[in-house]
Amino acid sequence: MMFLEANQVVKKYANHLALNEVNLQVPENSIYGLLGPNGAGKTTLIRIINQITGPDSGEIIFNGRPLQTDDVHRIGYLPEERGLYKKMKVGEQALYLARLKGLSRHDALKKLKFWFEKFEIQPWWDKKVEELSKGMQQKIQFVVTVLHEPKLLIFDEPFSGFDPINANLLKQEILALKKNGATILFSTHNMGSVEELCDHITLINQSKTILTGQIDEIRQGYKDNLIKFDFTGNETLIREKLRGNFNVEKVEAVNGHHTAFVKMLNDATINDMIGAVINDAQIHGLQEVLPTMNDIFIKVVEHSNLSKPEN
Amino acid sequence: MTILGPILFAAMMVLPAWFASMEDTSSKKIAVIDQTQQYANVIKDTDYLSFEWLESVQVESISNSYQGEGYDAYIIIEQDLLKHPDAVKIYSDAQITFDVKEHVSRNLERHLENEKLNSYRIDGLDAIIKDIHDVRVQVKTIKLGEDGSETESSTELLMGVSFIFAMLIYFFVIMYGVQVMRGVMEEKVNRIVEIIVSSVKPFQLMMGKILGIALVAITQFLLWVILTAGIVTAISTVFIGDASDVVAANGNIEMMQTMAGDGAADVSGFEKQFGNILAKALSIDLIGSLFAFLFYFIGGYLLYASLFAAVGAAIDSETDSQQFMMPIMLPLIISIYIAMAVFRNPAGDLAFWFSMVPFTSPIIMMARIPFNPPIWEVALSMTILVATFIFTTWFSGRIYRTGILMYGKKVSYKELWKWFRFAGK
Repeated sequence: MMFLEANQVVKKYANHLALNEVNLQVPENSIYGLLGPNGAGKTTLIRIINQITGPDSGEIIFNGRPLQTDDVHRIGYLPEERGLYKKMKVGEQALYLARLKGLSRHDALKKLKFWFEKFEIQPWWDKKVEELSKGMQQKIQFVVTVLHEPKLLIFDEPFSGFDPINANLLKQEILALKKNGATILFSTHNMGSVEELCDHITLINQSKTILTGQIDEIRQGYKDNLIKFDFTGNETLIREKLRGNFNVEKVEAVNGHHTAFVKMLNDATINDMIGAVINDAQIHGLQEVLPTMNDIFIKVVEHSNLSKPEN
Repeated sequence: MTILGPILFAAMMVLPAWFASMEDTSSKKIAVIDQTQQYANVIKDTDYLSFEWLESVQVESISNSYQGEGYDAYIIIEQDLLKHPDAVKIYSDAQITFDVKEHVSRNLERHLENEKLNSYRIDGLDAIIKDIHDVRVQVKTIKLGEDGSETESSTELLMGVSFIFAMLIYFFVIMYGVQVMRGVMEEKVNRIVEIIVSSVKPFQLMMGKILGIALVAITQFLLWVILTAGIVTAISTVFIGDASDVVAANGNIEMMQTMAGDGAADVSGFEKQFGNILAKALSIDLIGSLFAFLFYFIGGYLLYASLFAAVGAAIDSETDSQQFMMPIMLPLIISIYIAMAVFRNPAGDLAFWFSMVPFTSPIIMMARIPFNPPIWEVALSMTILVATFIFTTWFSGRIYRTGILMYGKKVSYKELWKWFRFAGK
């Protein structure tokens, strides 16, 4: 079942079209990546889901029915541009933001205590925000985002500005949230984290959806039959043997140990390739290379930019 | 400010009375060198100033020796003053007080006037002059109550009160309006606004900020009223109850001289002056004025604060605020100038029209309130004000909603207009 859907969402600003009939289908209890270059319209879509702005046309379906005003209490949002009141004390501020999300004072205090202890930030309670480092502030923002146990979590560029240790902590927390039943939508430029975390993605470029689907299927769909082949033996001979159905794109040789990248042509299979070289090389490894999300991203975006030149 | 304000206001009531009862009582001896030999003893001594005519002193030496000889200052008259009015100079190492200067020039002028009059050789001139000097008109202003009762009012005091009202509104609106602008800008620059607007609507956030600061302002104002009333009451019980050690003296040197002949009957002390001011202040409709003040303060504040909020949402730093602040501040500043004219003619056309224009009415109408303007004018002006602040709040809300989420963009008026038109849902 889809937990969150965007149907034909259009948003115009004064001088440009931010979203052009964008669709989104986020399955329940999944981690969904919203990708796209800067200025593609990701933040606009996220703001529409958060009801910060409204769409010009189209609709958002939340948990099976059109999005309603008090759904903000069931959504947690960590914006890309995030800040806190600098002069306010950490605890007071966390309490204030939690109560804006509809928690009672009692519940908010109880939950804050739990999270502050979990992240070992209890001693910061009475400190002013301006005394904290940026990483510390981000921990607090994260706590405030998840505190009211929202069914849907939206993270806009969550990893920007985190050091590797905190980024890893954040990753673990996102996975834990999923395990506890939340649905997570996040937008990022960090393709490594997309491969690690996401089940599904949608790629937006120039206000339009240009790619959507399950991440494994997409990677399969964009593979270009490239094999990574480790061997020792005569390089020239191997090139000779692979002529015809295969194209050797690159060979790296270190101390007589070769790594070749071989493209399979004419519906050739890995088995065919093994057959061709088995008598002339000592095979150390053979592996199909799936394109990284990074490669796919660049390829798809550049392709769509070419087919749709700037007016 | 909370404590300082009431002390300041109490001082405004107490100090004029105190100043009036105070004078410069240190004696001064002043040497006069008259090189023309025409003006001997023309400048009269007073209780505290004595003038000595030195005959044969060299101008060059006096500047070194006058202090040694016990003079506080010296005057040199170089030429015939009828031909060269600026040929008299006062020298001193301390600043010459205004009173001394006035005393010297007035004595000389009177002497010259007399000389001229004498040159016409009119018979019985002295009698005529004395006759002329006895003519004196004292206008008292009486305010008629609705029941026909008469209260003596003081035009000067009404002007003073209306000036204070006008200035207070001006001061409050700017102070708290700018506070709204800063608050909005801070939230935007901090980027916390994006977190908050995912929980509440931008319009709610803006109104929350405006109303919150309004409540701070009202609390502050009421505190001032109560504390001022407290301090004034305290002073009045202390002084009006006990008059024995208050110096019974009044006015500057000149007044002392003219009054000397009338006897001491008109000389009033601090406690009488103060009692006077207090009585006249109480003759103003305090409750009505307070209500009008609160209304115009809140109305004017809401009108301007919403505009300030829109400016705060449009800018990224305070330095950018100038170009947008100017058109907002302008009507306020102009109001103060118009108010100056309104004090003199509180029922004129100028006063009427500018107390209808909502951008100036909070200040102008408040300046008129002590003069009891017609009720229908006040009601009309209030209605226009309310209608306008509803409009500006709506207008600013649209700009605000777009502005708070626009970072790092240099904003022009054209851009603001676009935000307003395309504010969407």
